[in-house]
Amino acid sequence: MSIGARRLVVGAHYGLGDWLVQRATAVVLAVYLIVLAVCVVSARPIDYDAWAGIFVPMVMKIATLIAFVALAYHAWIGMRDIWMDYVRPAGMRMALQLATILWLAGCLVWAAQILWKV
Amino acid sequence: MAARRIIRNISILDLVHYRLPVPGVLSILHRISGVLMFILLPLCLWLFELSLRSELSYRQLRAVADGWFVKIVLAALAWALAHHLLAGIRYLLLDLDLGVERAAARRSAWIVFALSVPLAAWFALVIFGVL
Repeated sequence: MSIGARRLVVGAHYGLGDWLVQRATAVVLAVYLIVLAVCVVSARPIDYDAWAGIFVPMVMKIATLIAFVALAYHAWIGMRDIWMDYVRPAGMRMALQLATILWLAGCLVWAAQILWKV
Repeated sequence: MAARRIIRNISILDLVHYRLPVPGVLSILHRISGVLMFILLPLCLWLFELSLRSELSYRQLRAVADGWFVKIVLAALAWALAHHLLAGIRYLLLDLDLGVERAAARRSAWIVFALSVPLAAWFALVIFGVL
């Protein structure tokens, strides 16, 4: 979609930054999964106290919340790519992108609330 | 002068007999597994909340996870995570210019499937209580 002869409303050169952030968040998530797996294995046998105990220390709360933020950002870029690939009409694409942001923001707040109740 | 070959996008009906190479199959499954996890994120958070809120809700989670439909959904999620993670590691290596040649890329795609399918099968067996 173009405004005037030259100006494009898509492509503000944020593509490379987002591409890089998606890789960075992927690494964060992979590292977090390893940390969590180590915690679970060393807390065996897993019952409620052992499982909930993993998320009691502030360090683990913060690490988990950071992982959730990375997840939300990662999922946002991925879903945005999908909408940009398959949904051409600008209005519908923007509506879907907005819905994606609200969906992920809601999940993020919920995750924080779950973590800080333990 | 010979007529220029017309290059066009394939239509959706062509997909049936379009032979996608293995890295292409891996790629579309990377997308599908990502969407699946995106859609089921609230379910994961709900189960996460049940697992952490109290001793009682922890037992409630066990009861919820006993239903066969929930088990199928959890097994699908386990596959999605295994495939997305392993294919994602392959993409990170490709971004570092490792294994970009066609033969190497095909081999690494096969390796991802060789790891992700047994991993998902193992998760499924654990979820269904066979193991």
